[in-house]
Amino acid sequence: MSKIKPGYARPLDFKHGRVDMTHGSGGRAMAQLIDELFVAAFDNEFLRQMNDQARFPAPQGRMVMSTDSHVVSPLFFPGGDIGCLSVHGTINDVAMSGARPLYLSASFILEEGFPLADLKRIVESMAQAARDAGVPIVTGDTKVVEQGKGDGVFITTTGIGVVPEGINISGERARPGDKILVSGMLGDHGVAVMSLRENLTFHTSIESDTAALHGLVAAMVAAVPDIHVLRDPTRGGLATTLNEIARQSAVGMILHEGKLPIREQVKAACEFLGLDPLYVANEGKLAAICAPEDADRLLQAMRAHPLGSDTAIVGEVIEDPHYFVQMETSFGGRRVVDWLTGEQLPRIC
Amino acid sequence: MKYVDEFRDGALAKNIAVNITREADPRRRYHLMEFCGGHTHAISRYGIADLLPANVRMIHGPGCPVCVLPAGRVENAIQLAQLPELILCCYGDLLRVPAGGGMSLLKAKARGADVRMVYSSGDAVKIAQENPQRQVVFFAIGFETTTPPTAVAIRQAQALNLKNFSVFCNHVLTPSAIAHILQSPEIRRLGVLALDGFIGPAHVSTVIGSRPYEYFAEEFQKPVVIAGFEPLDVMQAILMLVRQLNEGRAEVENEFSRAVTRDGNVKAQLLVAEVFELRRVFEWRGLGLVPYSALRIKAQYSAFDAEQRFDIPHISIADNKACECGAILRGVKRPQDCKLFGTVCTPDNPVGSCMVSSEGACAAHYSYGRFREAA
Repeated sequence: MSKIKPGYARPLDFKHGRVDMTHGSGGRAMAQLIDELFVAAFDNEFLRQMNDQARFPAPQGRMVMSTDSHVVSPLFFPGGDIGCLSVHGTINDVAMSGARPLYLSASFILEEGFPLADLKRIVESMAQAARDAGVPIVTGDTKVVEQGKGDGVFITTTGIGVVPEGINISGERARPGDKILVSGMLGDHGVAVMSLRENLTFHTSIESDTAALHGLVAAMVAAVPDIHVLRDPTRGGLATTLNEIARQSAVGMILHEGKLPIREQVKAACEFLGLDPLYVANEGKLAAICAPEDADRLLQAMRAHPLGSDTAIVGEVIEDPHYFVQMETSFGGRRVVDWLTGEQLPRIC
Repeated sequence: MKYVDEFRDGALAKNIAVNITREADPRRRYHLMEFCGGHTHAISRYGIADLLPANVRMIHGPGCPVCVLPAGRVENAIQLAQLPELILCCYGDLLRVPAGGGMSLLKAKARGADVRMVYSSGDAVKIAQENPQRQVVFFAIGFETTTPPTAVAIRQAQALNLKNFSVFCNHVLTPSAIAHILQSPEIRRLGVLALDGFIGPAHVSTVIGSRPYEYFAEEFQKPVVIAGFEPLDVMQAILMLVRQLNEGRAEVENEFSRAVTRDGNVKAQLLVAEVFELRRVFEWRGLGLVPYSALRIKAQYSAFDAEQRFDIPHISIADNKACECGAILRGVKRPQDCKLFGTVCTPDNPVGSCMVSSEGACAAHYSYGRFREAA
């Protein structure tokens, strides 16, 4: 009787170990990293097939697909990290069509020398975010680049979902007269990340708002199936998002400064950094545009959801051949709210 | 008092606006120049023009440090940044200022130059400490507000005995620029540029005090009201200027008394005097050569003077022929009078310097006010 003894492999040292080039070489070390870290954390029936692709049942209807690369610096910030951010970001991009997100893929570019302990923390945060959202990570990839050629970890996630029958949410559907809603406090993510910048460190109780918004979207769509536009104001903030929609829909917009939900601490941080909260990134907020007769119902539905409790109607869509987004200032004047010029902050998502 | 919303109160603004409209004499016009880019920015961002009667017009002055920096000095900085192993540190606004041939520090960075944006001069000193084998140059610009921090950096570098830190000094002085504007032929020849009074600088005045403006008020018979950068400060200052003009007064008044005194920050002034001395002449974009309008590093600190260390040449680069930055900086033209405004010159692709900084007259008008012409 002889039993073939499986080749012994020392378990990965998640305390002191570091990523090295063999972890991306396609050999045994890579297989071990996948087994002991990724499969263990993300565990689901599709991943367990252990193929180069995931096979899953496809529902009837219109599918949506979105992809997003995450390069945030620093990797860990108040309220989150690159891991949960990469799950939330793609789920939100899928959900902004009104879709129910179904599956995610995750692709990692790791830098040689990156601590395995940090990688584990990131992967577990992703796994938790995916479990909480009910959207499994079904396939993935890992590459390792030499030291100095990456910045710790870059993560690309792709998501697919299915749009319920009768829902048609799209950036070109804003019409004059429509109301503009935002789902809560603006600028939290950008300020939280900024507070850790090496030459900028300041103390704040602000945490990133990173969150998966598909539950909120489902509640919104159930209350008002004919939502015209949904978009999450990430990089470039609300100002940039609304300018994109104005151009797509060939309309103008008017915002009312006094109605914009912004925390005092965010206002204060922006004030001394010389930033405008309208251009600061969010990772758990959305802007919605709907017909005026639907606005109150949508507002109530959003406020009833924990991720939309601070929802406010902040403006209206107007006719404007120049597609300007304008703002009535609390001060009593009027101004353009323009596209973001250059970059306010490097690498916030 | 948290100083975020208190000076942006819409109801108070309306009160002041009512007073301005009631007191402004309908038979005359009021041409008021806000010298500082900070005021220009506030006027555009809060839509102050909407609150003023038609006969009160704001003229944007040259008080935007990025805007008045001649392209030749930016070219100098780009050449410095391209030296092997050199780290050039600068404030963020400077990165996008166009020099010759469409080059900018941002583009030089993309081509491999080590250009780093810093929030303070102290960060540049820190970078020098952390990179002892490399030369670190701080590209210093700005009016009297940013000069003391540069002086502090030089003193720090001396105390630390840093051999790899130097400053490319481009600090300029507010009073000489105002005098230059008031002595310009456009002002002197009646009718070309009417200029009835000034809103005086906010932060600059915290350093130099209100005393230096007394000369202009007296010599040129122009009222000056020093004002903070919040929109209510600006409104109040406009009202004070209207009152002075109605009463035939030409005095220095201080609206920004919560921060500005007559003598200013004497400690900062002494520090600046310790490290810097006057340049005989300095080129300003838009104003040309202005005598005694800028500072250079004193001989005793020459070890920290990048102009000495790297033998920086004088480079003169003419502005684009169609660019009206010069006239706009002197208040002779408005941004929308320039053919390039909003066509080939935009904040994303600035041709002239006034389109670069958010404090520049063109960028402020483009970003916040251009719906007015479109309407």
